Amino acid sequence: MKLAVLVNEGPYTHQASDTAYQFTKAALEKGHEIFRVFFYHDGVNNGTRLMVPPSDDRNIQKRWTELAEKHKLDLVLCIAAAQRRGLLDDSEAERHGKDASNIAPGFRISGLGQLIEAGIQADRLVTFGD
Amino acid sequence: MTDDIMEGGGKIKKFLYVNRRAPYGTIYALESLEVVLIAAAFEQDVSLAFIDDGVYEIVKGQDTKGTEMKNFSPTYRALEGYDVEKLYVEKESMEARGLTEKDFLVPVQVLTAGEMADLMESQDVVLSF
Repeated sequence: MKLAVLVNEGPYTHQASDTAYQFTKAALEKGHEIFRVFFYHDGVNNGTRLMVPPSDDRNIQKRWTELAEKHKLDLVLCIAAAQRRGLLDDSEAERHGKDASNIAPGFRISGLGQLIEAGIQADRLVTFGD
Repeated sequence: MTDDIMEGGGKIKKFLYVNRRAPYGTIYALESLEVVLIAAAFEQDVSLAFIDDGVYEIVKGQDTKGTEMKNFSPTYRALEGYDVEKLYVEKESMEARGLTEKDFLVPVQVLTAGEMADLMESQDVVLSF
């Protein structure tokens, strides 16, 4: 089955991102296709490479990045939600005159149209979050 | 966004946006509306449902000056211009909050919880905010 995943909550505060990750990983292992993982609302915070969780805990960003590398996953942060919350890639940082970017490898920033497209193209769009 | 518009591939699906939260206090209502506005460019079959505190999102006379929040409620009136005209309010949620159809900024169709369930059942993609 062709699946798309929507992650609506940030890392650590909510378990939604953990569950989305476990779901995505399990689906891939079962041979399903993940068309895209789209991060919205505070979910965009999953894509900062600056998170430094305690070493005895999971690193949520790194986990997504590694899964993306292994399976060529498309991890997309909503640009409007990302800009509000201070998530920038190099070109956005330059465009807005900021001195740094913080998006993690394996993630990209794009528009909400990518969510709608995922809804159209996938057999199921599965939402994680409240 | 022009690239995105081409990527739908001509498929038309039924999208339902379920608005469950009060307009202020959290960002979900505002960011839900942003999705609806972008989605309008994809020429899909779009419906909006307002249930629970979500019914407050379309109440007339919102005044946010005291809290310094952005009052985005006028945008709901612009939805018609985007061909988003199917707006549904759950009867039970509306009545529990002492509201009637006359309290809303936009024309809505009032559905019972059971009818709302049927509406959700008939959709391809349900996005709940």
